[in-house]
Amino acid sequence: MFYREAGDFKTSYVDDNQTFPIKFDRYRYYFVLLFAFLVVPFVINDYWVNAVFMPFLIYSIAAIGLNILVGYCGQVSLGTGGFMAVGAYACYKLMTAFPEVNIFFHVLLAGGVTAVVGVLFGLPSLRIKGFYLAVATLAAQFFLVWLFNKVPWFYNYSASGQISSPERTVFGYAVTGPHTSAWATYLFCLVFVVLCAVIARNLTRGTVGRKWMAIRDMDIAAEIIGVDPLRSKLSAFAVSSFFIGISGALFFSVYLGAVEVGEAFGINKSFLVLFMIIIGGLGSIFGSFAGAAFLVLLPVLLKNVLVSGLGWPTDLAAHLEFMIVGGLIITFLIAEPHGLAQLWRVAKEKLRLWPFPH
Amino acid sequence: MPDQLLFGTEVFLNGLMAGVLYALVALGFVLIYKASGIFNYAQGVMALFAALTLVGIMDGQVPFSHLINAVLGTDIHHFGWNVPAVLAIILTMGVMVVLAWAVQQFIFRHLVNQEPIILFMATIGLAYFMEGFGDIMWGSDIKKLDVGLPQGGSFWIEENTQWLGFGNENFYGFFLDQLDIVATVIAAILVIVLVLFSQYTKQGRAMRAVADDHQAALSVGISLNFIWVMVWSVAGFVALVAGIMWGAKSGVQFSLSLIALKALPVLMLGGFTSIPGAIVGGLIIGVGEKMFEFIVGPMVGGATENWFAYVLALIFLVFRPQGLFGDKIIERV
Repeated sequence: MFYREAGDFKTSYVDDNQTFPIKFDRYRYYFVLLFAFLVVPFVINDYWVNAVFMPFLIYSIAAIGLNILVGYCGQVSLGTGGFMAVGAYACYKLMTAFPEVNIFFHVLLAGGVTAVVGVLFGLPSLRIKGFYLAVATLAAQFFLVWLFNKVPWFYNYSASGQISSPERTVFGYAVTGPHTSAWATYLFCLVFVVLCAVIARNLTRGTVGRKWMAIRDMDIAAEIIGVDPLRSKLSAFAVSSFFIGISGALFFSVYLGAVEVGEAFGINKSFLVLFMIIIGGLGSIFGSFAGAAFLVLLPVLLKNVLVSGLGWPTDLAAHLEFMIVGGLIITFLIAEPHGLAQLWRVAKEKLRLWPFPH
Repeated sequence: MPDQLLFGTEVFLNGLMAGVLYALVALGFVLIYKASGIFNYAQGVMALFAALTLVGIMDGQVPFSHLINAVLGTDIHHFGWNVPAVLAIILTMGVMVVLAWAVQQFIFRHLVNQEPIILFMATIGLAYFMEGFGDIMWGSDIKKLDVGLPQGGSFWIEENTQWLGFGNENFYGFFLDQLDIVATVIAAILVIVLVLFSQYTKQGRAMRAVADDHQAALSVGISLNFIWVMVWSVAGFVALVAGIMWGAKSGVQFSLSLIALKALPVLMLGGFTSIPGAIVGGLIIGVGEKMFEFIVGPMVGGATENWFAYVLALIFLVFRPQGLFGDKIIERV
């Protein structure tokens, strides 16, 4: 009934190669985009933006970035928090050094800086693999956080050691600082999310993406059929860090406003983003969104049900959240290693044949 | 002797002691990795959980009291008795065996033949689960663990090393924590017991057989399930020892689980498959980070201990990917 390709004739290669080849899927995608751009900004308030939408959008970018590295290229990284910190601090330095440039470019440049740092820490991936590499990326995590804590140049010698974002505007509307409105920050982040998702989607289904996947499936075999491991691995690190840097910059400048590096970009952030892509689905752009939404909504839901609904103490709810997240990770790894994205795929396949599955 | 050199020696000795404690945690990793190919990130949380359980049993705490109070509106905390340390340790060991069985039964039995990295991520999930579980079961406040181990500096060593100063009045002998010395002795005993166990007992041999080749072990009638439960129990035991040592040193609290993060570079340096590697790696990391903090730390603002071990291991791995004592990695298409 739904998702049916019958009657949808492709007459050119361009048609054949489009991202959403099934008409229903394509219209759903347009509908979601229109809804996000034209309806949501008019109905949201501060609570919804700060508790749900902004973390969801920003973590989505980070999850897409990490998914490119882990899900597509097979290089497990636990340094996400550190790379987000690079994005945040690069953005801060750029914002304060060049106040006249639009913040949009600052965020993009922060992504670029993070990409360079990412390549640097990605170099060991040419020698070491698997969880050796995972542990090695922890070096990036700890070293970067320490660096931003100890070198005063990074936080402009401020007394508290924190960085806080000055007010910056886009088209005359404030997107950072204390005088922002909910819809402006939401739209600002949304633009980045859409850009990143489109870029990531098209990279992963092109030559680069196929090279990454060849490396992921078996790097020696990939090397033999002519995939250059140096360039593929490092490009995966670069692209992934670029996205993670953007998310870090937005996380600092638009979402939090003021950041203490150890607290905001600690190892827990690395794990959180990793959990998002495991639950959402490794090797899937949609999965990154699904996982981010899931792990952003879960604490909000638990808090509302347990603390506000049943009157439990907050720390109990927090511990329960740990248990649920841990349990879910294990459950997903056992039952559905491809995560929510695979459930979605199966559902689509079922809907396609519905109501006559034979 | 000049001050610097003496202080340096003291830092060196304390580094060795810290290294032993790292090695203690790393041992648990190596055991599980050798026998089942699982890189167990949850080892640190297991140490925390063991220490929490030990304190809880000793103090006669009611498990899940926080949860029960919240759901039923009651106000219970303690049974009102105290359990002697030895009995409590035995009971805790029982809990760790049950945990080992549960981990095998509910998680890793379903993940046989999966890629190592999937197993690794599963153990991260397990770590999160146990962290929440332990906190709900025993409460998340900082607890004091006192099983009667000596604490504080050792005066005997201070008095007997004072002559090394050769009349230097700034030097009062080396300061070594008694607890660290006890930990070193216990770690040495633990390693000897483990080696004896794996060399001379039937189960130990079976364990090594499984580590060598799962299928061959299966074909001569070794129960993989039993061996894996046993290995997780042994790792639980090592976690308990590490938990007691670290718990006595700095109190039983959340940060105890972070010792896993300290043990990871130790493993990378020493190799994942080698018990001597874990010990030598632990000593190198312990001494290295203390000396680096002592010599380079003041120049760059201190607190280098967080990352030094990782960067050292990272640089080392680039030149020798299998670690100091690890098996050579051979890959085939």
